[in-house]
This record gives sequence, structure tokens and C-alpha cells, in this order.
Amino acid sequence: MVGASLAGLSAARSLRKQGYDGRLVVIGDEPHRPYDRPPLSKEFLAGTIGAADLTLETDDEDLRAEWLLGVRATGLDSAERAVRLADGRAVRADGIVIATGAAARTLPGSEGLAGVHVLRTLDDALALRDALARGGRLVVIGGGFVGAEVASTAYTLGLDVTVVEAAPTALAGPLGETMGHIVSALHADHGVRLLCGVGVKGLGGEHRVDAVLLEDGRSIPADIVVVGVGARPCVEWLEGSGVALDNGVKCGADGRTSLAGVVAVGDCANWYDPRVGAHRRVEHWTGARERPDAAVAALLAWGAVEPGVPRPPYFWSDQYGVKIQFAGHAAGADSVTIEEGAPDDRNVLAVYRRAGRPVAVLGMNQPRLFTRWRKQLAVATS
Amino acid sequence: MIPACRLADLPRGEAFRLDIDPPVSVFHTDDGEVFAIDDTCTHQDASLADGWLEGCEVECPLHASKFDLRTGAVDAPPARLPVRTHEVVVEDGMIYVRVSTEAPNLPPCVASRLAGGPA
Repeated sequence: MVGASLAGLSAARSLRKQGYDGRLVVIGDEPHRPYDRPPLSKEFLAGTIGAADLTLETDDEDLRAEWLLGVRATGLDSAERAVRLADGRAVRADGIVIATGAAARTLPGSEGLAGVHVLRTLDDALALRDALARGGRLVVIGGGFVGAEVASTAYTLGLDVTVVEAAPTALAGPLGETMGHIVSALHADHGVRLLCGVGVKGLGGEHRVDAVLLEDGRSIPADIVVVGVGARPCVEWLEGSGVALDNGVKCGADGRTSLAGVVAVGDCANWYDPRVGAHRRVEHWTGARERPDAAVAALLAWGAVEPGVPRPPYFWSDQYGVKIQFAGHAAGADSVTIEEGAPDDRNVLAVYRRAGRPVAVLGMNQPRLFTRWRKQLAVATS
Repeated sequence: MIPACRLADLPRGEAFRLDIDPPVSVFHTDDGEVFAIDDTCTHQDASLADGWLEGCEVECPLHASKFDLRTGAVDAPPARLPVRTHEVVVEDGMIYVRVSTEAPNLPPCVASRLAGGPA
């Protein structure tokens, strides 16, 4: 198991549940046992829960695994079927699960400038939490979900917050223009400035950041900057290994890679999605939790089982006290209708359709209706 | 025993929330069995009655934790603590719940609210 976060842990659990009784080695580049990442931008950043609350393993759980933590995988030797580690060791295996996740993209030129943060790991969150506790002016670069959640948390902590988004509408990628506009209006509701359609030229400051410089010439004063411009799959270590790469590890509909005995799961894995007839790399928590079941079944049987159709991708976000939930694929929808609630109340159930068939659903503070639609969506698109 | 609702009024695949403190949910599975568990997810404040019922398992509507209706055990994270199960009696078409005397595993935000602290 290369990767010790949710996808790696879920794969380890699946292996034991599906009867694998042999030796199990879990390799992780972070020093921590598996922990839950979604709270890092929310409750953990706000200080309402601590690191112990993030633990994913249960108290009485025993996966009979050997944990090699704090050491990075540097290569995969397909002939030897071995994973090479940064400390010179190598681990030979009959089967390999690749679950190395994704890393936060950074801003070129921001290296070494104090006050500039990304948010991906527990250590990132600890550093940012300490910075936010000192207060001041926060500029978030990127109006996606991580950026929006950081802005929301910082707002509750009393900071002065500005969000800069290069696209004309924040969240238009995952939610489409119409609903992206409605959801990102939560910032303005709370006095957080959202600047859209303007790129970032660079950062001001000698040793410590003091401003974000925009392409239109404006300069936004900043004490803290968070760069939330997406993540890239951590697959450099697989280059030349024979594992086919294409926007992450290229996989079939059950996580199998181009190499026999090797599957990939989680944020680094670009699975074929039979619903859309194309490969889709999904960075959602639920994908990392659910897909290892199928990938492990494929690993143990190698082709002897027919892959099932996974449930439509689902993710959630909490911003300014509003529960945002989304399932399906917004891209390709030709209409969006509000089925319940009113956008102005930030209380909405919206259904995306293509040629009259539902392809995605969005909820704002509508958990009950959302679940009903999410179930319908799974039936409608399977 | 607390009366919940009539069995005939609770279709298979549906749940009924009993508004006691803390709330309890009664589930009617697709196989026709009836179970009662704590309604509040042990991870964060969410109503399991609003969740996704599949077989003898309910998935939290927010963060996808799964609980076994028969035992209350956690089948999928992020929850780590089980929900309580409660005895169900169906008599003359009425569903009754005998609430467990064990202490519930409420999520941190709800537990602090009940204790009178900040929500």
C-alpha cells in the first residue's frame, strides 16, 4: 500500500474484509497515521477540534499492517515488483495499491516568502492555524472549495478576508456558472470580498509577504496569503515504471492500472467512468473511501470480477454555516432548475439535467432532499 | 415504551424520527425489518433519518459515515463511535421503541450544547 491516507487505509480495510490474510505493508510520506483531511479547512482550522479528533482508525482496530511512515516512495520496479523508498529500502510485493494522493499547487515565486501558506496536510493546517490566530488581513488566492472554506473559517475568527479568483465566476468549474454564482455569493453575504476575473501577477514583500499583486495593477495588502489553486496528482515517482500515466495513474473502471498486480485509488487515480464514457480523476473524500473496495476486489481476482458502476461522485463543503452538497457531473448539463427553496435564502435544492435526464444535484442546507435526489441520480445514471 | 408511528404509515426504505432528547430514528428496511437507533450521527450533528438506507445499513446524509442498524456499529468512517440501538416492538400495527439506558455517543458539538456550553 503506497499511501497512508483515507484511500490507503480504506484499501487496507478492504483487503482484510475481503479475506486477504498475508503480509500488509503501508507506506506513507507523512509521519502521521491516517487522518481525516476535510476538517483541516473547517473545524480544525477554527480550533474547535484537535489533531486527535482527526484519527480515522478506530480504537479497537487491528489491520495487522506494518506501517512505514515518514518515508517517501521514490520508484516502482515492475520487474522485481518492488517499491523503492527514499531511505534506500525496497519493499517487494505480490500486489501494489497506489494511493499517493495529490499535492497542493503552489504559486511560482512564492517559495521562501514567510506568511504564504497552502493547505493540504495536517502540518500545513497547524502552521495556518497559528498564523490565523495572530489575526490580520488574509488574502486567499483561488475561490475553489478549499479557498472558500479557509475564507469562511478566517471570517469566523475575525480576520479581514479577500478572495481572488481568476475565473469570471468562482466555483463555475464544479458547479456551473449559475450555481457557482449563487454559492460564491456567500462571501459577500458576510462581508468577505470576492474579486473575480482577475489573475495574480505576484506577491509583494521582501522576506514576509505584504501584498498580493493583481494583473490589473491593483495591490491587495496582506499579512497572510493562502494559495488554494488546486492539487496535482503525486505520481512523479512512477515515471518510467511502466505504469501508464495520464493526469495521474490511468486506470480502468475498477482501478486496475496498465501493470498486472497494480491498482490505484484516491486523488492520484484517473479512473474510467462508464457513466460519462471517459476518464475522470476525482479528488473527493467519498471516492477515496468507496473505490478501494472495487480496486481491492480487482487486485485479488485480477479480471475475474466484472467492475460495478460506482455511485455518482459526491462531495460536501461547509461555508459560513451553510451545508453545501453536490453529486454527479455538472459539466454536460444543459439546464439547472431550482426544485426547492430560494437562492436568496441560501437554501436551495437544484437539479442539473441533460436532455431532460438528471445528471447532478446541488443542495444548500437541504440534506434530506439532497439524499433523496442523490439516490435517484444513482438509479437514473446506472 | 414510546409510541413512534403506525407501521402502515412507514413505507419500506423510509425512516421516522422520534423527537425525544436525544432523537431516535426508526427505519423500515426494504426487507421489511424495523430497527431503531440514535438519530444523531456520532461524528457531527446530522440526522440519520435523512440518510441513505441500504440493506441493514444507513449512510449519514452529510459525511457518508455508515452504521449497522442491527448493532449500531460503524461500518465506514469518518465516524468512530457506534450509535445506540433501541428495542423495537410492533403491537397492533403500532411501532413502539424502548429507549436504551446506555449513554449516547453524541458528536462534540451536540454534547457541548446539551451540557450548556457554546454550540
